[in-house]
Order: sequence, then structure tokens, then C-alpha cells
Amino acid sequence: MRAPSSNETALGEVLLAVEEVSLSFGGVRALTGVSFDIRKGEIRAIIGPNGAGKTSMLNVVNGFYQPQSGRITFKGEVRTSMRPYAAAHGGIARTFQNLALFRGMTTLDNILAGRALKMHRGFFWQLLRYGPALNEEVEHRHRVEEIIEFLEIAAIRKIPVGRLPYGLQKRVELGRALAMEPDLLLLDEPMAGMNLEEKEDMSRFIIDVNQQYGTTIALIEHDMGVVMDLSDRVVVLDYGRKIADGTPDEVKRDKDVIRAYLGESK
Amino acid sequence: MHILYQIFVDPFMQMVHAPDLLMQTLWDGLVGGVLYSLIALGFVLIFKASGVFNFAQGIMVVFAALTLVGLHEHGIPAFVALGLTVLVMLVLAFAVERLMLRPLVNQSEIILFMATFGLTYFLIGFGQLVFGGNPKVMIAQDLYLPSGAIEWKGNFGFVSLQKIDIAAVIIASIMVAVLAVFFQRTRIGRALRAVADSHQAALSVGISLEQIWVIVWFAAGVVALTTGIMWGARSEVSFSLQIIALKALPVLILGGFTSIPGAIVGGLIIGIGEKLGEFYWGPLLGGGIENWLAYVIALGFLVFRPQGLFGEKIIERI
Repeated sequence: MRAPSSNETALGEVLLAVEEVSLSFGGVRALTGVSFDIRKGEIRAIIGPNGAGKTSMLNVVNGFYQPQSGRITFKGEVRTSMRPYAAAHGGIARTFQNLALFRGMTTLDNILAGRALKMHRGFFWQLLRYGPALNEEVEHRHRVEEIIEFLEIAAIRKIPVGRLPYGLQKRVELGRALAMEPDLLLLDEPMAGMNLEEKEDMSRFIIDVNQQYGTTIALIEHDMGVVMDLSDRVVVLDYGRKIADGTPDEVKRDKDVIRAYLGESK
Repeated sequence: MHILYQIFVDPFMQMVHAPDLLMQTLWDGLVGGVLYSLIALGFVLIFKASGVFNFAQGIMVVFAALTLVGLHEHGIPAFVALGLTVLVMLVLAFAVERLMLRPLVNQSEIILFMATFGLTYFLIGFGQLVFGGNPKVMIAQDLYLPSGAIEWKGNFGFVSLQKIDIAAVIIASIMVAVLAVFFQRTRIGRALRAVADSHQAALSVGISLEQIWVIVWFAAGVVALTTGIMWGARSEVSFSLQIIALKALPVLILGGFTSIPGAIVGGLIIGIGEKLGEFYWGPLLGGGIENWLAYVIALGFLVFRPQGLFGEKIIERI
């Protein structure tokens, strides 16, 4: 695992910034005036108790939710809200808390689907599956095989993912996100429901992705040990508001954070 | 005992004694089956990508055929009219996506199903307004589709094959093969299956739902046009043709709603089964069993294999 000293490494430029983002569903306020940034090359954790608005935050970043107010700056471009297509196009990939895989398709096809935006040959060539379209398929297949090897899932290449155990499904989902070669990877509880061994594997993959490919990662996680080990900076949400932001050590000592997690001692 | 003899022995004796009649019946069944397959294929395309059972597929067949004939009646050369009709189906696909699917996104399947009913009645009304309600004759000759028959006389008897039927079988086979490869092995095909599995995940990898919907409705439109030409060339183009859409239902139950090979095999089984049943067992019941036999076969399948011959078995992890 990563040494604590790496937490103090110099931070890159701002890749994504959300400013004063508020989101409500009817009368329920999911997010209230949340601001934070994600810098190039870092692993940024978003933590908080259940219902704190963590997943809502990710959904705002990749465009599933449109916030009522606030601004999102991604790669220097300022907008009031994201759209899923624009987010994917701009290089934001994500995984889901409860898995959103193409269950009837094989591992290979699931990951190839992640290449959708990178393949450009027209409808006509594809209809014939000949010439440029075929070359393109082969080329992308190559890249996908690398990812499969990296995630050590070669053995399940041809199995429909609906039949795989949960831990492997999580890995396939990560593979699909990696296939997009994202600039920003959003992971929504990548280790939820995993045993210790699976968690260690997943942590290793996350660190490798971050270091080998230089991918910026934002992750939501409940396991505090994992969060403290992996992340460079942590933002803490509670009832839709940001209550702390800083290095894992700073956050761990923060009074508001301790109160949110453990309750107030009288 | 006599009734058992009539059911289990006599029909097979007839088949052996008159092989030419058997071959003729099988061929007629095959041709009918191919056309059922084409209609079922239109359903499967849309069902796979959007989970919608498109009730309007039948009227799309009529509408496409009427557009083609109608344009030709206005003096437009046959092949230009064919191109224009393809264009009309593309416009229809865009319109359906923009005006029907997009406002109803995330609604339950039954609501989308009802919307296709609405589309059906709209196309009937619009078609009658523009082209009139009278039956029309398909412009088969102008499209260089063959007419006449090939006849074989031999010591086994006499068989006659309509050339238009042979053309229908060949064209349908090519179309099915191209579509099958397209949807199994290409990016758009994969995107289509992805959309069918999970809208959310598809969006997250940057697949555009709108684009996929337009593509499948357009593909279904082209399949409808092909069906309309082939079916129209055998009889005539009229609004009553739309009820063949209901014949696709047993085909889909047989083949599975999500399987392209299933649509083909299911269509052939229903087509051939119908003709054999009518010819050899029909007289026992006073004839006319062709109209309901397909539904009885489908009912049998529902009891013993509800996911169909090729349907995906529903796997649910608990």
C-alpha cells in the first residue's frame, strides 16, 4: 500500500471543480452549496455517513443529475450542469454502487462497449463489417485484451457477466470504465460487499491505474482504512453539506467529522 | 380407433404416396414462414433495443408498401421511388424517436406499448389520407422482380415454384444474414445490446440512446419495406395486411423475443406447420385451421418453454 508521505506530493492543476452546487428532489435537499476540486493525477475520496449525498455528487459530475444551482468546471470549461454524453465524451468514466453492467453480454463485449466513443467507422462499413470497420474492431480488441490482462480476468473473457460472482462483476465494470481511457475515473463504492482479499486486489488495481496510466480518480468508499491508505485528499459530506476537506490525516482529526460519524458526546 | 388412424397414420401415408404434394406444401410453408420471419425480425430489432413491443410493425409494412406504390403512381420511376421510400422510413424513425420515445423515456413498458397503438392508428389515418383506402397492386415488374413459375414434372409427380417466392426467400436470407452480423459483431450492434441491458450503464460509457433508437426504428422500417414488397407482390397492398403483425406474435413466442435466429426459425416452423396442418389434418376439422394453428403451437411452447427456443433464460441472482 501507499506510504503516507505520498499524501504530501505536489498537487497538479485543477481538472474538475464544482462550486456552490445545490441539488434537491422536491422538498428534499440532497446537496447544499457544495464546492470542491479534483486535481490532475490525485486520488480524491468522497466520504460521509449514509445519505450524505455522495452518490448524488457523482451523479452531478457525470451528468445523471442536473443541479438547480452552482457551476461545474471541467478541463477549464465552465457550465451549469453536465450531460451524460458530454461527460463521457470529455473523458469522465464511472462505475456504480449497485453495478450497472450489460448482464446478457460477455466480459469481452462489456469492455468493448466501453470503447463505443473511440470507434468512428460509419454505419455503412459496419453494416458490411469489412475494410476499415474490421480493422478498427481488431485494433480495439487489442487494447481491450490489455485491460483484461491487467485486471486478471482472462479466464472469464467469454462468460456472460450476469453469471459471474459479485467481486468479478465489479472488476468487469472497472474494466469497462478503463476501456474509455478516461481522464477522470469516478468509482462509487468500488469495494462494497467485498471480502478482505477482494478489497486488497481492488485497492491494488486502483493504485496501479492511478500510477501507471496517471488517471485521476474520485472514489466514494465506506471502509475508512482503505480511504486513508489510498487517497491523497478527502472531502467529507454530511446531510448534503461539505463539512471537511483535506489530507486524510487532517480529516481524521477534524471535530465535525468525528461528530458526524460518532455523534456528539455530552 | 378410426379417428386415431385418421390422425396418426393416414396423413403420413398420404405424404409417402404423393411426395410431390408434400414438397409443394413444404415449399408453400417455407415461403409463408420466411415472410413471418421478416415481420418477426422487425419486432425483435425494436424489442431488443428498447424493450418495446412495437404493435405498429404491421402497419409499418403497409405504410412502406403504400408509399412505394403511391410514389410510383405519381410518375416517379420505380427505383427512385424505392430510394425515396427508404428516406421516408428514415424520417419516420427520427419522428418516432423525437415525438414518441423521447418524451416517454423512463416510462414503464406498458406505456410505450400503448404509444405504439397510437402510432398504429396515426399511420392508418395518415396513410388513408395520403394514399386512399383502396387496395393497390405492388409494382413488382418495375422493380425487376421475377414473375411466373418454375415447374418440375418427374416420375415423383408435379411441383410448381413461383419465381417471386424464390426471390423472396433469397432476399430475406441476405437481409437476415447482414442484420445478424451487424448486430452481433459491430460497435453499433454492441451499443444496441448494451442499451437493451441497461440504459444507465449505456449512458455512462457515452452511448447515445437517441441515436440507437433512430437506428433500430430505421432498420425495422427497412425490414417492413422489404416485407411489404414481397408480401404485396404475392397478393395486393391493402390495410388489411397489417393483421399479419398478429401472426408475428406466435413466431416471437416460439423463437424468443430477443433472438434474431429465433425469429427466423420460429417463422419457418409456424409457416411450415401451418401449411402441413391445414393440408393433412385440416379436413378432419372441416378445414380452415390455418388461421388458429399458429396460436395453438405457441400456447404449447408457453407451457413447456416460456423463454422460447432461443430466448435468453432469465438469470436472476438472489
